Amino acid sequence: MLERIYRAQTAMSSACQTLGRQVNIMEVCGTHTVSIFRCGLRSTLPEKIKLLSGPGCPVCVTDQSYIDAVLALAERDDCLIATYGDMIRVPGKGGSLETKKTNNNVKIVLSSEDALQLAKDNPGKEIVFVAVGFETTAPATAIAVKEAAAQGIDNFSILSGHKVVVPAMRILLSEKNNKIDGFLCPGHVSVIIGYGAFAEIVEDFNRPCVVAGFEPMQIIEGLAEICRQLNAGKPELKSIYTAVVTEKGNPAAQKIIDECFDVADGYWRGLGKIEKSALKLKDKYSRFDAFKRFNIVETQGGERDGCRCGEVLCGLIEPQQCQLFAKSCTPRAPVGPCMVSSEGPCAAWFKYGRKKQA
Amino acid sequence: MCLAIPARIVELKGENAVVDAMGNRYRARTTLLPTAKLGDLVLVHAGFAISLIEEEEAKKTWQLIAEIDEFNDTSNKISG
Ligand code: SF4
Repeated sequence: MLERIYRAQTAMSSACQTLGRQVNIMEVCGTHTVSIFRCGLRSTLPEKIKLLSGPGCPVCVTDQSYIDAVLALAERDDCLIATYGDMIRVPGKGGSLETKKTNNNVKIVLSSEDALQLAKDNPGKEIVFVAVGFETTAPATAIAVKEAAAQGIDNFSILSGHKVVVPAMRILLSEKNNKIDGFLCPGHVSVIIGYGAFAEIVEDFNRPCVVAGFEPMQIIEGLAEICRQLNAGKPELKSIYTAVVTEKGNPAAQKIIDECFDVADGYWRGLGKIEKSALKLKDKYSRFDAFKRFNIVETQGGERDGCRCGEVLCGLIEPQQCQLFAKSCTPRAPVGPCMVSSEGPCAAWFKYGRKKQA
Repeated sequence: MCLAIPARIVELKGENAVVDAMGNRYRARTTLLPTAKLGDLVLVHAGFAISLIEEEEAKKTWQLIAEIDEFNDTSNKISG
């Protein structure tokens, strides 16, 4: 183990030396962000290795207009909002789902199946499932929609905020002044899409893409692999999370995503409108599309009250550079989603980063 | 919220499974992993098994999850 750590450290140090500057590696996964902080990894890395937290937390990247649309639905007497717990405290117009919960219009569910069950149990209500998440989570939503169609459950709809990861990475790299030298790619998204999905980033942008798991040794060795490639001047696609990630991913899950969703343009917090980055229900399932059912028009929302989540998610600033960080914005009273979600970079910095790693 | 949790399939009827993760039991479906069998170790996300996982890797992940304390809010717990 020590030997492995030593080898990884050496690879990282030589990359910094070869490049003669700071090396910036972005993780695009909220679970990586949490694990990196939880295990205190930042402080063990060579000084010139800088980790940027990218748009890897689905709750954080969800645009404010979507949040406000959900909150508006929660105001309606005929609606019952079914949501994963992660979304419950995200603030928006007039409060958060948590504050709306008092009128019994909001229920936390643990899977899309539970949301569908709510629809069966409450025939007098419109159940709207708050469908957020990347490719890992989208298949579960798709299954619920297919079942609703098969069983004719008409009081069920989903508000799809589902997103796909690769287009967001492309947008970040298309920015002229981006400082990203390589990506630590998300482990469980890759279980579904396969590590092959990141090949286009390596080919089109010449950046290392390494898929790693979540335990500290995986992360350290993932970072070292990126550094080795940078040192050799040969960016590659690689997965070191071989226990569960294959090149092609999970075919059953991909099939079900394709059956239910079209890839469409999507609005991201901080990144704006990104072409072909969102999953929208196919026309044949349009009666389960809450956007259509409730005439919701998607737009780009702005940040709330001076919150800088957008810049945080693009790796442009660190959370402490936000004026509100740890002052008016804390996990107890969050201003933006990056402080709400346990996987949000602001929450991770608040919880683990301030003393040890600031 | 993309975290998937390793668990062992301890009951399986059609696509409906009961899985055990660190002594806690959860409901899960195997729709996305049609080859899953009774006794398999799988990764479970949002109520669905999404991949097989090896024992050693599962143990490492359980250890990590135990350290990330928010874990309790994230899964489909039915007992334990
Ligand atoms: S510290 Fe709070 S207000 Fe500032 S960017 Fe993070 S979530 Fe937004």
